[in-house]
Amino acid sequence: MSEYVIVGGSVGAIGAVEAIREIDPLGTITVISAEPFPQYSRPMVASYVSGEATLEKMKYRDDQFWEKNKVQALVGRKAMTIDLAGRYVVLDRGDKISFGKLLIATGGKPLVPKTEGVGKDGVFTFTDLTNAENLRAKLKEGRTAVVIGGGLIGVSVAEALVKSGAKVTIVELRDRILNLILDEVASKIVEKVISESGVAVVTGQTVQRILGKSGDSRVVSGIVLANGEEMPCDLVVIAIGVVPRTELAVGTDLRVNNGVIVDRFMRTNIPDVYACGDVAEAYDFIFETNRLLPLWPVAHLGGRVAGLNMAGKKTEYPGGTLMSALKYFGLPVISVGMTVLEKSNGYEVLVDHRPAGNVYKKIVLKNDVMVGMTLVGNIERAGIIFHLMKNRVNVRQFKRELVSEDFGLINIPAPLRKKLFMMGD
Amino acid sequence: MVKEEVCIGCGLCEVYCIVEHSMSKDIIKAYRKEHPKPLSRVRVEEDRPFSFGVQCRHCEEPPCVIACLSGAMHVDEKTGLVMHDAEKCMGCWSCIMVCPYGAIRIDVSGKVVVKCDLCEGLDVPACVANCPNQALVYEEEIPKCQST
Repeated sequence: MSEYVIVGGSVGAIGAVEAIREIDPLGTITVISAEPFPQYSRPMVASYVSGEATLEKMKYRDDQFWEKNKVQALVGRKAMTIDLAGRYVVLDRGDKISFGKLLIATGGKPLVPKTEGVGKDGVFTFTDLTNAENLRAKLKEGRTAVVIGGGLIGVSVAEALVKSGAKVTIVELRDRILNLILDEVASKIVEKVISESGVAVVTGQTVQRILGKSGDSRVVSGIVLANGEEMPCDLVVIAIGVVPRTELAVGTDLRVNNGVIVDRFMRTNIPDVYACGDVAEAYDFIFETNRLLPLWPVAHLGGRVAGLNMAGKKTEYPGGTLMSALKYFGLPVISVGMTVLEKSNGYEVLVDHRPAGNVYKKIVLKNDVMVGMTLVGNIERAGIIFHLMKNRVNVRQFKRELVSEDFGLINIPAPLRKKLFMMGD
Repeated sequence: MVKEEVCIGCGLCEVYCIVEHSMSKDIIKAYRKEHPKPLSRVRVEEDRPFSFGVQCRHCEEPPCVIACLSGAMHVDEKTGLVMHDAEKCMGCWSCIMVCPYGAIRIDVSGKVVVKCDLCEGLDVPACVANCPNQALVYEEEIPKCQST
């Protein structure tokens, strides 16, 4: 019996462990982590492939993290099933661990399309260290790669591959890269920068078939696009997204939509069972509804809030939202909330665009409350806007200043600055 | 903290922050010989006649630590201060995205961030010690924004 059992050993679990230990220094914690590595930063795996980060640098917490926090860490072990009525988890060797409180933090897994040839040698997914190790092992100067998917992961891996000396083409289904988080203008700026750095971008296309070598058809030799065009390559990286790893929850009484549904305290519908991170569908403060948000900072916050609640300190989850900070070949970009509008009715958009300097600033408002921002180039005051967005502040009084070059706390009326930012006397 | 009504907007806090974070810790050498000279970790915001200095407030529930992708941003176990380990920083700018004060900057190298460390090793931070009108005041406990 363990008072706290956490399935998953990444950032959600780390956030939860740290939170639990702030409240409960002694309660037994067991972490079941399928990955055989010390706690590492998943978002850094691209930097690992490019050689910019070492395994040492990628460590998100020090090697003694579990021991220091008196955690029984079952590393390299897998949870197979959960028995909610019996309140225990069954592991890969058939052993059981009873729980007082359970946190499901199993994360996500890469989405793999049913494209012909997807099982060939030379086809990779790219979300964890094992994938990165394999990809790195395959990489030599002059390799040619096709990256399927022009989202956050796809563009990151493309950059890493180019920096490792590979020739890279991104194939994106929709009309532009990063289409979920960037509008056309911002997407074009990024596309220009990555193209100038050597990444070829093909949009409005899909990979229909992955070809094998004539001598050994199990080894990748190229791809065929939907328009029939053939591209020779030795590597294919699939980066079309992640899906929640919900296997443990499906078929139990846990409410599962796309992910495990949690309330504002990260509780599932079953008492004493919590979920966070990529596996969970939790509150989004912009969309004001639950949704999947497979992002590292969101998982950390969710894990922390889950841990506090599990240990008895009732804490409301403020919510996450779509939030991305990017740096592609040195170009800083921050995009938060609703920045890609399907319908413009009811929304107000403020823009400052200076193409010469790759500077772009866009704020989306609804009824004078900010619901989205994109900043390219000059990003240093992004957090002030984020804080106003998160607190759903009516910004009517200083709306004009929001997209000015030197927008700052000074533009916020003193009473609001005092109340919201605790500034002044 | 900053007393907005007495800040004269002179910018000396920025100057002394640069000096304190320079190699030489000497104002003339820092400005003349060190290229690029370090960035100031405090900035003066101005909208005449108003002005104030802004730097990291070392939040109790620091959003930057939650958002950090690499583990570089952390709360120091001994001091409780929000500290940044440049060796671990991957320059993802996630901390910049969520800092309510806009107090984290991209370093001149373009590869990591920099922020106020309250002048580790000094009893009183350089910006406070050199504020000519006592607008910047160092207090152990001030109200701050929270991530949860």
